[in-house]
Amino acid sequence: MEIPYTVEVRPDTGLFNGKLGIWLFLASEVMLFGALFSSYILLRVGSTEWPRGYEELSVPLAFFNTIVLISSSVTMVMAWASLRLHDFGKFRLYLGATILLALTFLVVKYFEYAHHLEAGEGPWHSTFLAIYFTLTGLHGIHILGGIIVNSYLWGPGAAMWKTEPQRFVNRIEIAGLYWHFVDLVWIFLFPVLYLL
Amino acid sequence: MSDVHANADDIRKEVKTYLMVFGALMVFTVITVAISYLHLEVHEAIIIALAVATVKGSLVALYFMHLKHERHLVYYALALTVVFFVFLMFIPLATTLDRIVQKY
Repeated sequence: MEIPYTVEVRPDTGLFNGKLGIWLFLASEVMLFGALFSSYILLRVGSTEWPRGYEELSVPLAFFNTIVLISSSVTMVMAWASLRLHDFGKFRLYLGATILLALTFLVVKYFEYAHHLEAGEGPWHSTFLAIYFTLTGLHGIHILGGIIVNSYLWGPGAAMWKTEPQRFVNRIEIAGLYWHFVDLVWIFLFPVLYLL
Repeated sequence: MSDVHANADDIRKEVKTYLMVFGALMVFTVITVAISYLHLEVHEAIIIALAVATVKGSLVALYFMHLKHERHLVYYALALTVVFFVFLMFIPLATTLDRIVQKY
């Protein structure tokens, strides 16, 4: 059976189904991260002492990663725009750049984690580090998920461009919405964990 | 809805907007970090940092996630999400309101 409304707009919602689906998924993601942000607030206001993020963590590395992730959001949206301009070569270039930037983010995160763990500063070390590892770990898993999906769309999934171009454009749009959400979460995580 | 037959000039205009938003996000990121080096009081730092993050987040949502031009159904779903999110943030916080008042 064919999946309905993958290309054309569903009359009652005004959206193709995948787009409504991703927005509902992102709404649930807001609540997932919201629960952890709420936990962070409770832990912080309930503690007798709480370190300033810049005393415990590397601000330059997180600053670099913020630049990397924002850049990846731009390359993602440029990949979508290139496809709509029928420039498949540029699409591949921009989506490839998005994947590489995402990998860079994870490599930097690995060095940050390794530095803490080598110093014996794991999540068990303090409440601050426990919530730091939880929030950044969950965010890191989302980055990994984005890399997997984007890599599929860059590689074998791109064959759809030849057979069903509009459906492929819609897929890239949906993948982009997810990726921008991951960027948006980091925009809040960065000051909350590293700067305050 | 975007489609492969959309006007190329319109898409090129969108691209220019994306690049301007990118520039703004970079500037705001530098501002966020620069403010942190001022080592402000915690409550001042929280207000400023979250205000800047909210502006940055709004730019990403409005332009990169193109919420500026979206169908009403998406707005309704997100409005409901915002209500629950605010609830999630403030109801647990209210349970410790007495301690927050003492602390700050």
